Amino acid sequence: MTNKQIAGKAVSYAFLIILAYIMVYPLLWVVGASFKSNAEIFGNISLIPKEPVFGAFKAGWVGTGQYGFSTFMLNTFMLVVPTVFFTVFSATLIGYGFARFEFPFKRALFAIMLSTLMLPATVIIIPRYIFFRHLGWLDSYLPFIVPALLGCFPFFNFMMVQFIRGLPLEIDESGKLDGCNSFTILTRLLLPLCKSAMFSVIVFQFVWTWNDFLNVLIYISSVAKYPVALGLRMTMDISTEFDWNQIMAMSLVCILPPVLVFFGAQKYFVTGISTTGMKG
Amino acid sequence: MKSNTKYNYAGYLYILPWIIGFLLLQLVPLINSLWYSFTDFQLLGSPNFTGLANFKKIFSGDQTFIKSLNVTFIYVLIAVPLKIAFALFIAVILNQKIKGINLFRTLYYIPSILGGSVAVSVLWKYLFMNQGVVNNTLAVVGLPAIDWLGDPRYALGTVSMVTVWQFGSSMLLFLAGLKQIPVSLYEAARIDGAGRARIFWKITIPELSPIVLFNLIMQMINAFQDFTSAYVITQGGPLKSTYLYGLMLYDQGFKFFKMGYASALSWILFVIIMFFTSLTFRSSQSWVHYGDSK
Repeated sequence: MTNKQIAGKAVSYAFLIILAYIMVYPLLWVVGASFKSNAEIFGNISLIPKEPVFGAFKAGWVGTGQYGFSTFMLNTFMLVVPTVFFTVFSATLIGYGFARFEFPFKRALFAIMLSTLMLPATVIIIPRYIFFRHLGWLDSYLPFIVPALLGCFPFFNFMMVQFIRGLPLEIDESGKLDGCNSFTILTRLLLPLCKSAMFSVIVFQFVWTWNDFLNVLIYISSVAKYPVALGLRMTMDISTEFDWNQIMAMSLVCILPPVLVFFGAQKYFVTGISTTGMKG
Repeated sequence: MKSNTKYNYAGYLYILPWIIGFLLLQLVPLINSLWYSFTDFQLLGSPNFTGLANFKKIFSGDQTFIKSLNVTFIYVLIAVPLKIAFALFIAVILNQKIKGINLFRTLYYIPSILGGSVAVSVLWKYLFMNQGVVNNTLAVVGLPAIDWLGDPRYALGTVSMVTVWQFGSSMLLFLAGLKQIPVSLYEAARIDGAGRARIFWKITIPELSPIVLFNLIMQMINAFQDFTSAYVITQGGPLKSTYLYGLMLYDQGFKFFKMGYASALSWILFVIIMFFTSLTFRSSQSWVHYGDSK
């Protein structure tokens, strides 16, 4: 390498390191701030507290009202887990249907599904709300779970179609010779091969549903059913002159599960990530 | 596919969930919202047809609509190009033979996992408060404090930064695209004596252009509808300077329960999004390059 190239590399590294610091700084800061007193949160720009105070996590978790974060956390899982489960379930079936069968209007139906990828959610949010209200589903998690069961996340359907298309047809044919029907071909032969794609669906749907705010804001009204997103906002609203470190601690608690799930599952879908990281 | 393919109707059974979901939760709502937009629907009570009354009111007298539309355009215009340019720039740097690329990639991607969550918005609010870390850091270097969230000139920019901060997912798409560019193209250019800048503009950018187009469209559709960060960080203020279209829709529909009026607003947004999407697609014929190489 010439000197010029070495200098170029050095500049690149310096830039990447500074940028990495800026990118994760807010997250490092929230960790530090969870252990700072009010005075230090605003007075001390260092990430590390001078006189760390403990107990923000416990106090914030319990909260001041009737319901604390143990309720919110449990609620979030009751909302997210079935939603994720039914998303994988429906996306796999739909993916299999489009990838392996020939039927009239298949191309047209597939094109419609693709076009719904670009359908803005805001244009259907009001009629959906009214529909769910008629069904008496407001203030429950059904407005999240049922659309998942009915394949209303075209992005995941599309992902599974593409993935199953990539699996060799010989698998299906050998299954037929062994007397499998189309359903057992899917469950016995194809599913084990779909693991990495299914993992991607699980992880992304988990993260998106966990972070969702607008829909829970609209559909969930009683505090007893609040997921963490609403619980956190409520904590912030009622505690303007409060212990800030508790809000920081609870923000951290809300951030952690999606991050942990993402990195925990990363090795299972490493090949899929580049093609699936399109949203956000 | 052969022309004499035998149909297997079992396929319908597998895609049945989607067919029901599409009809019941996408198509019917789409038609219903169009119908509501011509009514005075107020949630309680039934919708009465009022013709173009909602649209007349929106376009003739609603100052909030004009303000909000303005704010939304500026937001999309700041956030989307910045996010994509940044993602592309970083992807190109990372694509050099960089040691520790996995670590950098991961660190840059973390904000995208957090997405537009409430926690991130809360965090942002505290970082950019008057007495917040950002201003305190400015003070250390001797710069004057800026009223990031309270000054109508800066608030929208501060909110947009949350979006730009999440450039990680676009970056991953660009990185994957960069890996697909055949090395032979670069070698040929180098033999011809092309410099770095020339190679970037004449090879890298054209080869990546389909991914740029894809990113541009998806990010644009999302940005037009953004809600959480503006709602949590600034509640649309100060002086409605961050009153994004999504906030206006939420207020009209779910705060005032003017479902008819909100539906009309949502259809206007839909038309705007379709207009810009098709404009982007059309313009892409002149700048997107579909090569033989995949």
